[in-house]
Amino acid sequence: VSTEMPRRARALGRIVAQTVTLAHGGGGKAMKDLIDDVFVRAFDNPTLAPLEDQARLTLAGLAEYGDRLALTTDAYVVDPLFFPGGDIGKLAVCGTVNDLAVGGAVPLYLSCAVIAEEGLPVAVLRRVAQSIADVAREAGVVIATGDTKIVPKGACDKLFVTTSGIGVVRQGLDLGVHRAQPGDAVLVNGWLGDHGAAILAARGDLSLETPIASDCAALHRLIAALLEAAPQTRCLRDATRGGVATVLNEIAQASGVGIEIDDARMPMRDAVRGFCEILGLDPLYLGNEGKIIAVVPPDQCDAALAAMRRDPLGRDAAVVGRIDHGETGRVTLRTALGGRRIVDMLVGEQLPRIC
Amino acid sequence: MKYVDEFRDRSKAVALIGEIRRLLARSKLARQRPLQIMEVCGGHTHSIFRYGIEGMLPEEIELVHGPGCPVCVLPMGRVDDCVAVAERPEVIFTTFGDAMRVPGSKKNLLQAKAEGADVRMVYSPLDALALARKHPEREVVFFAIGFETTMPSTALTVLRAEVEGIRNFSVFCNHITIVPTIKAVLDSPDMHLDAFLGPGHVSMVVGAAPFRFVAEYYNKPLIISGLEPLDILQSIWMVLKQLDQGRCEVENQYARIVPPAGNAEALRAVARVYELREFFEWRGLGSIDHSGVRLRERYAGFDAERKFAVPNARIADPKSCQCGEVLKGVIKPWQCKVFGSACTPERPLGALMVSSEGACAAYYQYGGARRKPEAVP
Repeated sequence: VSTEMPRRARALGRIVAQTVTLAHGGGGKAMKDLIDDVFVRAFDNPTLAPLEDQARLTLAGLAEYGDRLALTTDAYVVDPLFFPGGDIGKLAVCGTVNDLAVGGAVPLYLSCAVIAEEGLPVAVLRRVAQSIADVAREAGVVIATGDTKIVPKGACDKLFVTTSGIGVVRQGLDLGVHRAQPGDAVLVNGWLGDHGAAILAARGDLSLETPIASDCAALHRLIAALLEAAPQTRCLRDATRGGVATVLNEIAQASGVGIEIDDARMPMRDAVRGFCEILGLDPLYLGNEGKIIAVVPPDQCDAALAAMRRDPLGRDAAVVGRIDHGETGRVTLRTALGGRRIVDMLVGEQLPRIC
Repeated sequence: MKYVDEFRDRSKAVALIGEIRRLLARSKLARQRPLQIMEVCGGHTHSIFRYGIEGMLPEEIELVHGPGCPVCVLPMGRVDDCVAVAERPEVIFTTFGDAMRVPGSKKNLLQAKAEGADVRMVYSPLDALALARKHPEREVVFFAIGFETTMPSTALTVLRAEVEGIRNFSVFCNHITIVPTIKAVLDSPDMHLDAFLGPGHVSMVVGAAPFRFVAEYYNKPLIISGLEPLDILQSIWMVLKQLDQGRCEVENQYARIVPPAGNAEALRAVARVYELREFFEWRGLGSIDHSGVRLRERYAGFDAERKFAVPNARIADPKSCQCGEVLKGVIKPWQCKVFGSACTPERPLGALMVSSEGACAAYYQYGGARRKPEAVP
């Protein structure tokens, strides 16, 4: 990827309005000023700079990293836009980077489309754009292209962000959710449920105050280190919506195996456990934005765990369960008390129990 | 987590189960057939499944999951009334989370919300009252549901609304009372329960005295039990101890929370605000005399049923449902004709599939440890 900055064809526009209006989506000067001032200024990179209708990526530059392209897309609609530990922009970059990385891809380029509701303060948009830019830069990915739409009040909730990502998978690497085998170990890279609890608390309708912050983070470096240490890793999944319980069910079903996890080994903060106790939620179903489930063969388990723990985002990594010969597609939990129960897919949304 | 993990300790659980085995070995009855113990409270049911307690117990003990899930036993007609109130344009309808999924004859509150009704989840009736203060131009209705556990908080909220003169707040009252229901279960001819685990949080309000009839009249031991796993195991051990010693009493395992006489202040508020209904309809159990309460005449202005015309139609339970038999311990959830086929947590037909505290949903979700594959139809 060339780092040389080509000369800009034109001067960047400036926006003076305090709030976004439909005029900013109209395709004229107002829109150009908004895009220039808010996005182009923040993203500032040579791939984006020509501002063509598409970004052009050299095949040779991609081929350095491997022999297959990975492509992913994800829409972000989180409410509130800003929450302890992150914001919608950080989420949009980390989420897409992680979706690439769990396939073994080196994440390289992102696109970024935003849909804003009229009336949104420009300052909010600016803050989100800056966050996207900062997190992308830190993660070493380039925002190569983008789009901005403004919709009438009520047509969306404040701000939606969609990012797509391109990465490259190196030769010979083949991670797959169908590849888990009896005897394999199940690992996670740290505290579970932080994001889900932080978002629920930040929404404020439960009037609960917690010190919990989202775990939102880009995990591609941790994953690269893990794959280096445990090259026979069977599969990786980020435990986002639906939490670890959902991901484990997907692995058990796709691989046709049983999985047994141990409640006592689940890394879970007391604050998150307490939050779930009060609301009657099961923390295994809380979403994460910086946690992966890794299934690795038994002989590489120690190496994988050590590699994860060397990374700041994996300091609290743990082996939480094993793939077994149990009933196909079933996830079983050994409870702290010593009993066993089935951990099924979630039906609908998790709603607090009343008593 | 302090004050929680202590009640989930593995080594203490193992020791208690050892004691339970020891008492069972001396029981003549247990040699003839499994002992049936009903846990009355949905919270017990939830703990039993969440911690896998059933699978840890010896086979001679059969837990029967009782009627104590207020969400589960709400009949479809009442949910239809709820939806009708919620769909009025002036209404903000407030509810506890898991009541949103209870099916009505046409839709539930989640669907009504998706179609545009202003339905909001609250954590306490006081949150609903706060909304009424904030939106004087709207009618805020609180979906009051639950046993004696939640009855006082609704009552105190009504009293607060009266003091503050808030007129745009009302309560759709579906509070029910546990004692007539335990009695209905005991009176049913196909019942062969041996003992009860009494509800912990209901007892915190009403005390131990209302349950005495179970021991004195029906000769069944009843242990008021806490909701943590060790509470439940200790209560089962206390049941066996009574059976072993030939005693039959109401005992309080949950003394750290339940005062013998209950909570006098809460009971005063309850008596002030509510009166018994002649009868109340329960899903799966039918109509039970004096099992529900409504607001007294003095608080009619806060009664959503009187404020808004509701359809008030009685909708019969689907014929294929065997919730009643499951509730009484006559059959196990998976022996029901529609379990897992026509009746699932996504599309619950019967009461017990509705909330995670319902026996059928718990079996479906967590899997009964003793659910043998050949027993599934």
